[in-house]
Amino acid sequence: MATTVTPEAVEKVVVDALPQFGADPSEISREASFEELDVDSLDLAELSQIIEDEFGVQLKGDDVGKIRTVGDAIDLVVSRAG
Amino acid sequence: MNREIVVTGLGAVTPLGIGARTLHERWTAGTSGIEDGEGACTEFEPTEHLTVKEVRRADRFTQMALVASDEALAEAGWDGELPYEASRVGSIIGTGIGGIGTLTQNHQVLLEQGPGKVSPLAIPLMMGNAGSGAVAMRHKLKGPSFAPLSACAAGAHAIGEAVELIESGRADAVVAGGSEAGLVPLARAAFSALDALSPTGVSRPFDVRRDGFVMGEGAAVLILEDAEKARERGANVLAYVRGYGATTDAYHLTAPDKEGLGAAEAMRIALADAGLTPEDVVYVNAHGTSTPLNDRSETKALKLALGDAAKAIPVSSTKSAIGHLLGAAGAVEAVATILALRDRIAPPTLGHEEPEEGLDLDYVPGKARPLDIDGKPAVGLSNAFGFGGHNAVLCLEAA
Repeated sequence: MATTVTPEAVEKVVVDALPQFGADPSEISREASFEELDVDSLDLAELSQIIEDEFGVQLKGDDVGKIRTVGDAIDLVVSRAG
Repeated sequence: MNREIVVTGLGAVTPLGIGARTLHERWTAGTSGIEDGEGACTEFEPTEHLTVKEVRRADRFTQMALVASDEALAEAGWDGELPYEASRVGSIIGTGIGGIGTLTQNHQVLLEQGPGKVSPLAIPLMMGNAGSGAVAMRHKLKGPSFAPLSACAAGAHAIGEAVELIESGRADAVVAGGSEAGLVPLARAAFSALDALSPTGVSRPFDVRRDGFVMGEGAAVLILEDAEKARERGANVLAYVRGYGATTDAYHLTAPDKEGLGAAEAMRIALADAGLTPEDVVYVNAHGTSTPLNDRSETKALKLALGDAAKAIPVSSTKSAIGHLLGAAGAVEAVATILALRDRIAPPTLGHEEPEEGLDLDYVPGKARPLDIDGKPAVGLSNAFGFGGHNAVLCLEAA
């Protein structure tokens, strides 16, 4: 069963996942941009897989291409689940 | 050759440890990096050298190439800033198989969990050119870059093709080498099915009891530069690449030509390219795989190419100490050859005790021996032959 999508649950999964891509945990916040965190398109492809595993929410390439910050990613997942 | 090519930096990750000198010193001392029938790089821990992101973005074969490249660039005095325009520096890193560890892991995920779980990194990590691309990216090299795929000759082809790029004037320098990380069950099973691997797990090239090669992993990288430009920048020259010979057996997919014709021709071409004769060769680093077929045909090839001089030249096999590093072997052995020539020493063919009739060259059995070259230039050949019938020979001279 997929975890229920709430902003808090999504934020936790995203924040927990980013350090494995090499992002500095102390720099991770909703406002931080993926560029600042050195998280690129390949990392976002992996992040999409993690989100799908956890919440059953599929993110398409077009969607992922538009997000810039950690907050954008969380909001996108929440809106797709709605 | 119409242009002089120098070697200004060396780097290696091998079953004998981290570093080109570690390889040379331990092999020369008679140490073996083979344990339980395999040459694994047990001292290589990628996170000691690379960031979390770099480790995630690279298959083990690429990780080892990156670490070897760092060592080579540092020795060449390139760390920090390239001495040439980036577009004039190439990156050629050969491999036999590429990221087979990544391939098999992801195939398992595909079978067990379905296509949606296959990593987006699977292709960029497994592709055979990943090493060349990653080395270029790490050091901002923007000249020509690619990966020769010629099985166990790939590392030597990388160096030879790098020489050609510099000779033709299309690059001022090239970061060249080979890398392999194939110690995975699929590769073991496949080489075993071919009867290529030693069932006893012993590498003893040219010995009558040899029964196959021992698989190893590792990488080596050399910095090659146009000699004139290297001198202008005051580089410390370690060695010269004097000649390069490449031929093909066109005989059999896996077996070498029985008479060693293709291999002999590659040696002749390398010597002719160098403008040298067999009498100038003071050491040969053999391909010497410890398979019944290679060691017999290579011995014939050496006799054909070197004639009467062959019996007086020490011939040893690095694979006796580290196993067969497949696509990395040619580069690792070029590094070993250069350091042996610089030290005027012939490292040993370990485990060579019982000769075979007809295999009667000086294989430097058991322990290293000084090269008595009497003031002559220290010139050697480094042989690399691959499945597919590929032969690549480098003629190297210590500076």
